[in-house]
Amino acid sequence: MSLVSKMESKSSATSPSERRLHKELLALIKEPPPGVKVDVDSVGKNLQEWKINIDGVEGTLYEGEHFQLLFKFNNKYPFDSPEVTFIGSNIPVHPHVYSNGHICLSILTDDWSPALSVQSVCLSISSMLSSCREKKRPPDNTLYVKTCNKNPKKTKWWYHDDTV
Amino acid sequence: MDSDEDTFDNDNVDSGNVSSGDDDFAMEVDISSSRERQTEPEEYHYEVLTTDQIVQDMVDSISDVNGVVNLPRTITRILLNHFKWDKEKLMEKYFDGNEDKFFQDAHVVNPFNKPNTISVPKVTKSTTDEICEICFSRNPSGMMTGLECGHRFCKQCWGEYLTTKIMEEGVGQSISCAAHGCDILVDDVTVTKLVPDAKVRVKYQHLITNSFVECNRLLRWCPSADCTYAIKVSYVDARPVVCKCGHTFCFDCGENWHDPVQCRLLKKWLKKCDDDSETSNWIAANTKECPKCNVTIEKDGGCNHMVCKNQNCKHDFCWVCLGSWEPHGSSWYNCNRYDEDEARAARDAQEKLRSSLSRYLHYYNRYMNHMQSLKFENKLYASVKHKMEEMQQHNMSWIEVQFLKKAVDILCQCRQTLMCTYVFAYYLKKNNQSMIFEDNQKDLETATEKLSEYLERDITSENLADIKQKVQDKYRYCEKRRKVLLDHVHEGYEKDWWDYTE
Repeated sequence: MSLVSKMESKSSATSPSERRLHKELLALIKEPPPGVKVDVDSVGKNLQEWKINIDGVEGTLYEGEHFQLLFKFNNKYPFDSPEVTFIGSNIPVHPHVYSNGHICLSILTDDWSPALSVQSVCLSISSMLSSCREKKRPPDNTLYVKTCNKNPKKTKWWYHDDTV
Repeated sequence: MDSDEDTFDNDNVDSGNVSSGDDDFAMEVDISSSRERQTEPEEYHYEVLTTDQIVQDMVDSISDVNGVVNLPRTITRILLNHFKWDKEKLMEKYFDGNEDKFFQDAHVVNPFNKPNTISVPKVTKSTTDEICEICFSRNPSGMMTGLECGHRFCKQCWGEYLTTKIMEEGVGQSISCAAHGCDILVDDVTVTKLVPDAKVRVKYQHLITNSFVECNRLLRWCPSADCTYAIKVSYVDARPVVCKCGHTFCFDCGENWHDPVQCRLLKKWLKKCDDDSETSNWIAANTKECPKCNVTIEKDGGCNHMVCKNQNCKHDFCWVCLGSWEPHGSSWYNCNRYDEDEARAARDAQEKLRSSLSRYLHYYNRYMNHMQSLKFENKLYASVKHKMEEMQQHNMSWIEVQFLKKAVDILCQCRQTLMCTYVFAYYLKKNNQSMIFEDNQKDLETATEKLSEYLERDITSENLADIKQKVQDKYRYCEKRRKVLLDHVHEGYEKDWWDYTE
């Protein structure tokens, strides 16, 4: 089944949330931003879980590395933010990324806006990685990973400085 | 009234007020000072507002400000909220100069900067269709709308966005534009226009009213359960206010009225009572640590020869001196090694904790006792009502039996005051004035218990006429002693008599 026909079979999607996810997916497949690639096979039938591969940007500390993000959407999307975590064997070592894949990024919770999208989230995460000047885990990594909820949205994030 | 007072003053002596010379002295001082002060406490004006009146108050505030600044009402509301409904502060800042910063701080687009300076890439009036950045659908321009910031979305998405904010996140006054990074606030008229569901609009109105009351210094919700009234004052003070629901509370802190203790200490006390820290105090005072492995041990038998139950330790030691058991030899119940240095330090530490715990418990028990009694007095109201009916069948008029209800009222007031005196006393450092205070407290407590006894037990149909006189004398005495005690503490606040242990 070609990508497009797979997508077209979904054009009868009903809920507004599915319609929007459907459009986002199509756009992401057709015109992916550099270094961002959605794993089409991972996308479930109801579009509620996507895996997205992102590459470390050239000329940054993460050049040559590959990471995978897991997006989970509920039916309130885009009014409710997606749940986004790093998964797989390579979790980036970064002051805002915990070793269990949770990401401390304000647009994923408090500063979420329905006008943001999967693509803009990916680009934000990518630029968060790119601006890093020293690879290290967050200072409270050990404790957090031991005690946190599985869902990072249940964490009351206290956002660190944006400069890192 | 004067002659009445005289008789009961005389009666006091008869009705068994046992007081030492010190007491008399204290009373004299207090009575004279309270007479000086009689004119002093000014009235504290406040209003009880229903929810509708609160909304009206909000509307009036907006109108007041609008009369001066002449802005759209929706903007005035956001500005007022930003300034915590402090009209004077708003006006002051408004006429202070920097107009752009003024509106920016309040998250409003400056209404005088039209056409607005923020670039509006999405609005191209020539085309008839626009893409909504939320649902990614193409919509006719008429279906698109936005705030002054220029970010436009379709009406359906707006409705959905606002509904989520209101229902899921419980945000009212501070919903901002749906665009990412835009902090311009959505005004109430826009919300009402764009939210289709009446239920959501009602919730929104609730949220707005609530934030109006909560951020307005001069308003406070009645803290009583299920009460929807709010109290409005003209200035904030630690004063008792009575809600229409009957609940009396302190306007400043919202707790039950707590004279003579001040809000700060009461808060500290309540926290202390709630805290588990007192549990650990108990542990510290009633247990000891094994001197070898430090496991915590509670002694549950009589023998002082302790064998630590920690299987890795099994240390033998003496509970009394905490020294190892070996040198005690066979003198089992008689520790003659008590004064050995190594054990003394540990004992001293425990002694300290124990005495501070027993001090706390002294005040706590008396505080709780009055609180419990106060709860029982509700039952007393019922039984007193019954007695009043009974008396009316014994040739007493309705008016003649009202003294009983009055007596219970005063009993409750005295209990409430006494309860709080123990909080005050717990934090109080000993000095001459604190001893006078304690005498006053003792005197009021004795009289209050006597009054309580009369009301609970001593009234029978046979001794009605006799008991009425006694009860009246006693409650008048209680009322007076209560006033003396409170005036004395207040005077102390003014003259800086009170030192605290904290």
